[in-house]
Amino acid sequence: MPTQPNTELAHFGLTEQEVRHALGVVKVRDVDYADLYFESCLSESVSMEEGLVKRAVKSVSQGAGVRATAGEKTGFAYSDELTKRDLEIAANTARYIAQSPQGERPVPVTHRAKPTRDLYPAETPISEVATAERVDLLNLIDAEARRYDPRIKNVMASFNTEYKIVMVATTDGRMVGDVQPLSRLQVTCIAEENGNCQIGTFGGGGRMAFSYYHEQERYKHYAREAARQAILNLSAVDAPAGVMPVVLGGGWPGILLHEAIGHGLEADFNRRKTSAFSHLLGKQVASDACTIVDDGTLPFRRGSLNMDDEGTPTSRTVLIEKGILRGYITDTLNARLMGIPLTGNGRRESFQSIPLPRMTNTFMLAGESDPQDIIRSVKNGLYAVSFGGGQVDITNGKFVFSASEAYLIENGQITKPVKGATLIGSGPDVLTKVSMVGHDLKLDEGIGTCGKDGQSVPVGVGLPTIRIDEITVGGTNG
Amino acid sequence: MSGALPAVQDYSQLAHDLLGRAKQRGATEADVMVMDGRNLSVQVRLSAVDRLTKAREKRLGLRVFFGKRSASTSTSDFSHSSLDQLVADTCSLAQAVVEDPVSGLPAKEALGQDRPDLDLYDATEIGTDEHITLAKRAEAAALGADPRVSNSEGADFNSSDGHVLLANSHGFVGDYRSSSFSMSVSPVATDPSTGGMQRDSWYAIQRAYARLDSPESVGSEAARRTLRRLGARKVSTCKAPVIFDQEMAGSLLGNLCGALSGYALYKGTSFLTGQMGHKIAPESVTVYDDGRMPRGFGSRPFDGEGLPTRKTPVIERGVLKSYLLDTYSGKKLGLASTGNASRSVGESPSAGPTNFYLVPGAVPPADIIRSVTRGLYVTELIGFGINMVTGDYSRGAAGFWIENGELAYPVEEITIAGNLKRMFLDIDMVGSDLEFRGRIASPTIKIGEMTIAGN
Repeated sequence: MPTQPNTELAHFGLTEQEVRHALGVVKVRDVDYADLYFESCLSESVSMEEGLVKRAVKSVSQGAGVRATAGEKTGFAYSDELTKRDLEIAANTARYIAQSPQGERPVPVTHRAKPTRDLYPAETPISEVATAERVDLLNLIDAEARRYDPRIKNVMASFNTEYKIVMVATTDGRMVGDVQPLSRLQVTCIAEENGNCQIGTFGGGGRMAFSYYHEQERYKHYAREAARQAILNLSAVDAPAGVMPVVLGGGWPGILLHEAIGHGLEADFNRRKTSAFSHLLGKQVASDACTIVDDGTLPFRRGSLNMDDEGTPTSRTVLIEKGILRGYITDTLNARLMGIPLTGNGRRESFQSIPLPRMTNTFMLAGESDPQDIIRSVKNGLYAVSFGGGQVDITNGKFVFSASEAYLIENGQITKPVKGATLIGSGPDVLTKVSMVGHDLKLDEGIGTCGKDGQSVPVGVGLPTIRIDEITVGGTNG
Repeated sequence: MSGALPAVQDYSQLAHDLLGRAKQRGATEADVMVMDGRNLSVQVRLSAVDRLTKAREKRLGLRVFFGKRSASTSTSDFSHSSLDQLVADTCSLAQAVVEDPVSGLPAKEALGQDRPDLDLYDATEIGTDEHITLAKRAEAAALGADPRVSNSEGADFNSSDGHVLLANSHGFVGDYRSSSFSMSVSPVATDPSTGGMQRDSWYAIQRAYARLDSPESVGSEAARRTLRRLGARKVSTCKAPVIFDQEMAGSLLGNLCGALSGYALYKGTSFLTGQMGHKIAPESVTVYDDGRMPRGFGSRPFDGEGLPTRKTPVIERGVLKSYLLDTYSGKKLGLASTGNASRSVGESPSAGPTNFYLVPGAVPPADIIRSVTRGLYVTELIGFGINMVTGDYSRGAAGFWIENGELAYPVEEITIAGNLKRMFLDIDMVGSDLEFRGRIASPTIKIGEMTIAGN
């Protein structure tokens, strides 16, 4: 058994009585629900460039967020001091929105629990990996990437870890904690040939132990992939412009789902009826080849959590089943106001931000097609296998995602690599044009970070090879 | 700001103690940065309070050097035992990395002596109820502007103030206070014929409360921007001139800042590598970085290393005159710092803009639109389709199609693509309408030709 990390209140220098008192201050007559979120986070980063690991950064943050909700209103305060007085000030602010007299009766905590599962067990916590071991890993990467091709002129790599201890106490009497490790190894290569410079990036990670990066020589794979992409881009031609069929490779291209439908299915936008999906529950929003889920329960994944940041166990939620829109992802506030199931998607960046409905790992289930047949089915189009970021306008549904490795398909064959190009489409429409779904579902390597309302949280995506019959490709070759 | 939160404090003694403790542990040089801030934010939606957030936060960062080895750490826990641990951790971390020949603090004589008052701080305290009232007024102006404004993602009003202190082992100690007041409104409008929805937003932000636009003007501008998007459609794929409005031209200038950062240049990740002294834009383009603009959002009396800030000509009449450098990236390029060390607490410095702007030209924006027979006026860009190494540019866009010098109809679900290097050379008009709503600002500009992908 791994050693049980300390998720007790003592870690935060608090007693249960103090927590009950703070909940009592905030839980006044008009308040429906309130919670305290305690967090302590240790972040460490080492980075390398020009063959030297010369940068090391470590940061410690600790604090509490206090939230009260009354109807649709949320009062929120946070403090990086954890004294009884600071909690009281925060609780007073949070209950301000309820505009009712101060309560003084402590709220009993009736149910104290550890999460019922451990999705990220580790023999050695990631926080206890020595700096020297981190440094060695980066040094190995430099050598590997340069060995790939002499045209690789610079290699940059960083290894970041986070070790977060959280505890949630709620006015419905629950107190539950979790320890959430997270790490990411990222490699960037610059290739140069006759004055033409190109970049390639690759990386991976999740909530696993440090040994993951050495297993199956993963770090070498990351280094080689970054180098390969940079070298490939040396010969890339201008990307096409206009509407055409696009084949997406498996794994990270699942960012399509995250942007095109994931954000639009977050409950807050739908409660406010400001999402392009607000009136589409039970309606066909994708071809019947598409079944899409959000699943926070996959072991060791970057987007997974034992419990969300409101203390609700994460779950697997079917968003789209054979093309039909089935459900939204929810946090407590929106599930309560909308009268729909709580899915365990209430997430926050830190104690300094309020929980919002957010995705975990969002992916499409495998279909029946052979990926080679999918490519062969396209006469002229684009085959995109790697992407940078994406973005969506929730209200009109328009979304983009930008390819960083893509090829022309000519007469059913993959031919030349093309320069990066942004793809743009409409969320409620694009998946209706998915005519083939491969049997090769792949989850991404574990590098995704999602932004919403200024808050970043780690997420995952996944996709089998799919064919989209038409989408606008934003190259320069029009 | 209302009473419950304690005011920001003076941390110079604390910084002094930490520098002493680092020295005792063998550090040859060190610097300490302390940030302390308060904020109050209210969001209303459909005339009711949706969210109220109040906070006080502080953070301390320590950077130490052991000869040419260095490391940085930070914490929000200022207790004696925690800071002792921080010093110990930082010192051992620094000894775990390799020597970097160019690392180190700036030379003692170069550090900032003068402390100009840049008018960055306004002590006006706005109460919680007043925040609510101001946000409600702004949203009401948007909701009342037109019956097609059917919904709202809310309006917010925020106030914050903060204090930054930097001290180093050369004896530099500097600090400044700053404040910020802002509001924004995000209305949703529905097209009565199709049921299609559009959302847009508008905002105002100032260092001084009294300078802020009225909530009514922010709300009605937000409504105007949202309503004009109704009925948007795609256009056919083509090559055409593209006009960037103030905000979008500002985003292009932001890309320019990224390419001019000393770190991107010495790493070879900038499309402007090797362009110093070259013509990178037409004569009409002059760009300044001014760290001492009164009330500027990027203004500060000294930079993230304690060097004096200044006004730097970056591009003069189209010719690249200066990069944005801190001491480290400057040394890597064989150049002196330009006083552009930007720094978040607990990180080593990087190089970035202070107040970075394109000097306005003589042409009013309406005349720029009038100069286009057939082209695009861009008011929104989404996505991250920019390759900073090559300058290749491809982003999602929305705006208006121009026919014979007039905005003909709104467009969406299109992309614009080109290459930043060529786009800057291809700026053929610079507007007269410079306004600062952030640290990077630009008047309207027109780019001769880009590829527009649509139907």
